[in-house]
Amino acid sequence: METVTDISNRMKRLTTIFNKRILPDIEREQERQKVNRVAPGAFMVMVKKEVSDHIRSWRFIILFSIIILTCLGSVLSALQGFSDAIKASQGDESFFFLRLFTATDGTLPSFFVFVSFLGPLLGISMGFDAINTEENKNTLSRVMSHPIHRDSIINAKFVSALAVLSVMFFLLGFIVMGMGIIAIGIPPTPEEFLRVICFIILTILYVSFWLNLSIFFSVKFRQPATSALSGIAVWLFLTVFYSILVSVVAKAAAPSEMASSQQVMKYQQLVFGMQKILPSEMFSDATTTLLVPTIRTLGPLTAEKMYGTLPSALPLGQSLLIVWPQITGLVAASILCFVLSYISFMKREIRSG
Amino acid sequence: MNSSVIEFAGLTKKYGSFTAVDHLNLSIDEGEIFGLLGPNGAGKSTTILMMLGLTEPTFGTVRVCGINSTTNPVEVKRKTGYLPEDVGFYDDYTGFENLIYSARLNGIPDKEAKEKVKYILDRVGLSEEINKKAGKYSRGMRQRLGLADVLIKDPSVIILDEPTLGIDPKGISEFLELILKLSREEKSTVLLSSHHLHQVQKICNRVGIFVGGKLIAEGDINTLSNKLFSSDPFHIEAAIRQDEKVGSPDIVRNELVEKIKQVAGVHYIETFNDTFRISCAEDVSGEIARVIVESGVQLIHLSGKEYGLDDIYNRYFEQNGNSN
Repeated sequence: METVTDISNRMKRLTTIFNKRILPDIEREQERQKVNRVAPGAFMVMVKKEVSDHIRSWRFIILFSIIILTCLGSVLSALQGFSDAIKASQGDESFFFLRLFTATDGTLPSFFVFVSFLGPLLGISMGFDAINTEENKNTLSRVMSHPIHRDSIINAKFVSALAVLSVMFFLLGFIVMGMGIIAIGIPPTPEEFLRVICFIILTILYVSFWLNLSIFFSVKFRQPATSALSGIAVWLFLTVFYSILVSVVAKAAAPSEMASSQQVMKYQQLVFGMQKILPSEMFSDATTTLLVPTIRTLGPLTAEKMYGTLPSALPLGQSLLIVWPQITGLVAASILCFVLSYISFMKREIRSG
Repeated sequence: MNSSVIEFAGLTKKYGSFTAVDHLNLSIDEGEIFGLLGPNGAGKSTTILMMLGLTEPTFGTVRVCGINSTTNPVEVKRKTGYLPEDVGFYDDYTGFENLIYSARLNGIPDKEAKEKVKYILDRVGLSEEINKKAGKYSRGMRQRLGLADVLIKDPSVIILDEPTLGIDPKGISEFLELILKLSREEKSTVLLSSHHLHQVQKICNRVGIFVGGKLIAEGDINTLSNKLFSSDPFHIEAAIRQDEKVGSPDIVRNELVEKIKQVAGVHYIETFNDTFRISCAEDVSGEIARVIVESGVQLIHLSGKEYGLDDIYNRYFEQNGNSN
């Protein structure tokens, strides 16, 4: 049997061994790493600068106020018709708090429609001059001559814009929730709260896709105007022209009236797949599923599937499961754009003049 | 002392089929001011970019303070200050804030940075403009701010790419003085590129002439001129004033030219109105002065001329043109 003193002696011995043999090694290793490392916090210094630049820029202030105003307007319009909604609903199951984000009295589009419309613009506006302005003003080569890694620049650009966006959307979401609590006097249930948080995170993901796309353009195009326009062009194409294109293709590929139900099914899936691949579609599908818990599927629904289902809301986990492909798709598209801009920036030769 | 700080070994950079820098071998010693001279597009800037790891060489290596610039650019950049050709600053920030940002990027703690920035701005003569937005700086002031930006990290190597471009003559000489002073006080090695010969001549210990991606000559200016003008190393310039009464100016001048040609050692004489440029094998200026005075015209000035970089430069170009 070891006594307590034995154990404490052993502990002491171990401590001395640790202090004498292992600690110096660790310290030496730390020292070595310090030498090899970039000036500690250089990346954070850049992020801080970018964040303060964003917040102080007129462009951000203007866009931020537009978004705040339109969103508040849409929430107010949602609140107009709210009393009827409360009367009609029976208890917590109807998630009427979420209606703040989806409902409208017809004068203004709802909150989430506004966000899905203005979000891309915000993303594009925050990234389109990220790299090329620095290049045109010759600050890039000067900053690069300081002991920093090249990728810190593009990473800092992305991280700072993302941080600003995240703070902004959380702020917006919480303002809307707060207004809702004050106006209707009923706090959200935990599930509603979580759904709103998921919605905000989803919005940030969506906007960060546009941000990455515009950073990519800012690496590719030397002129900020060109890069901004290409961002807006892509946005217009995806929101307006793509669906026209899809309907044209759909008409051409439409099966005859005599076609079997399997053929019709295949055709429906094709059209559906073409439409759903868009980031904006992914976003609106995902948000509606999250904000309207009664949505049970995003695909075509057959009568057999509907048979025997209870007309009830899905729990959050199930809703997330439905939109998982959409979330993955958004993240993938966003990463793809970032990787493209990262690669082309790293290969770039940085010259001044 | 004479350990080499910058070493180029077979450095080559190709853009497609175009060779911007062609097998550059050069080493620059500690404390030297080295001038990289060449026309635009000769590959000077590309060389500098490769030194900082901002572009990768096709093959060959650059070592700065013994560190490979291609594989370890961050370490090189820690020791090297670089003033780009057209240095840019964040316009909405004051000069002071711009430098504080650079100091932070170099990992200098804020407290120390503030004092250091003030000190450096004072050294480069911008202490008055410390709180002015960088967007309002004149070209010369920006260049000074650029130099301050370089000095903030106490570099052991300073690289200046066309530092005198676009500054007025007074500004240029002040700026070069400043570089000279700094390099003496801090004992840092300076590499500067330029296509402006006179300016560089004043402060460089050694120059390298860079044409078409190749270093065609290097050495101090005397060595270079001796190498090139070995046949007639002396150059004398003489100006005369003629008296109308003595005779027709042209005739008098031609007679005088003949006389000077007969002086031993004179190889070649050029006339521009009443100015003569005489090339000779040895210093015979006394003899020439005597000839001129004896011929009855007034001698206004007589000076021995050393070859400047201009002549060296032109001579190289002539040779290059001939060989093509």
